Amino acid sequence: MKFGNYMILEFPSKSCNESFARSAVACFAAQMDPTLEELGDIRTAVSEAVTNCIVHAYPNKLGTIILRCRILKDNVLDIVIKDKGVGIPDVEKARRPSFTTGGTDRSGMGFTIMESFMTTLEVTSIDGKGTAVHMRRKLQRRT
Amino acid sequence: MNFTSFQEGDKLTIALTGEIDHHCAKTYIRIIAAKIETYMPETCVLDFRDVTFVDSSGIAVVINALRSMSQIEGKLLLTGLSPQPMRVFRASGLDKLVELREAVS
Repeated sequence: MKFGNYMILEFPSKSCNESFARSAVACFAAQMDPTLEELGDIRTAVSEAVTNCIVHAYPNKLGTIILRCRILKDNVLDIVIKDKGVGIPDVEKARRPSFTTGGTDRSGMGFTIMESFMTTLEVTSIDGKGTAVHMRRKLQRRT
Repeated sequence: MNFTSFQEGDKLTIALTGEIDHHCAKTYIRIIAAKIETYMPETCVLDFRDVTFVDSSGIAVVINALRSMSQIEGKLLLTGLSPQPMRVFRASGLDKLVELREAVS
């Protein structure tokens, strides 16, 4: 039974771990028999959340990122990505399209993409303590 | 990552490869800007045929290329997009700024 299966990863906020994190989640999700489109959406959302930790949570130092995936009933993939970084002072503002505190190499579309590619997205942040991004994606059952 | 580019008349095609994320976005931005500055094409084509993954960092890569091309009053075009990059670019509204062409299967 896939329901109840989970995995937890901990890694430093090095940018080379962005591809590692999205690939690891995609490998874990493979047991749920996702479509290529679902898998692409999940990889993209994970990439955005992990990049946020690397760029914003730990701007000038390395910190720890914790990623937890669980399979819930009804073929739902539940993902939490947590950091103990600087936190987001105004979550609502950060979630607005095109808002970014990054430079010209950032688009400010990270949260917009997570929102449109996942079924649910919750962001909890405590100033100075860290941020948790909790997202779920319900996968279609293929017959 | 590998960059191949070729020029036909006033058209410069830059073929991108691999996964475009935050880890390598700065390199893509820098190399594309340098190529546009060198060749000053009327049309710049970014060929995504061999790009297997794009996240929002890829949007910044395209926006920067668009900026370079509008400075020289040229046109930017994206070709060979597979479904994953296409979804990311459409979700961000990039299709309203640049012509996006799907990969021919």
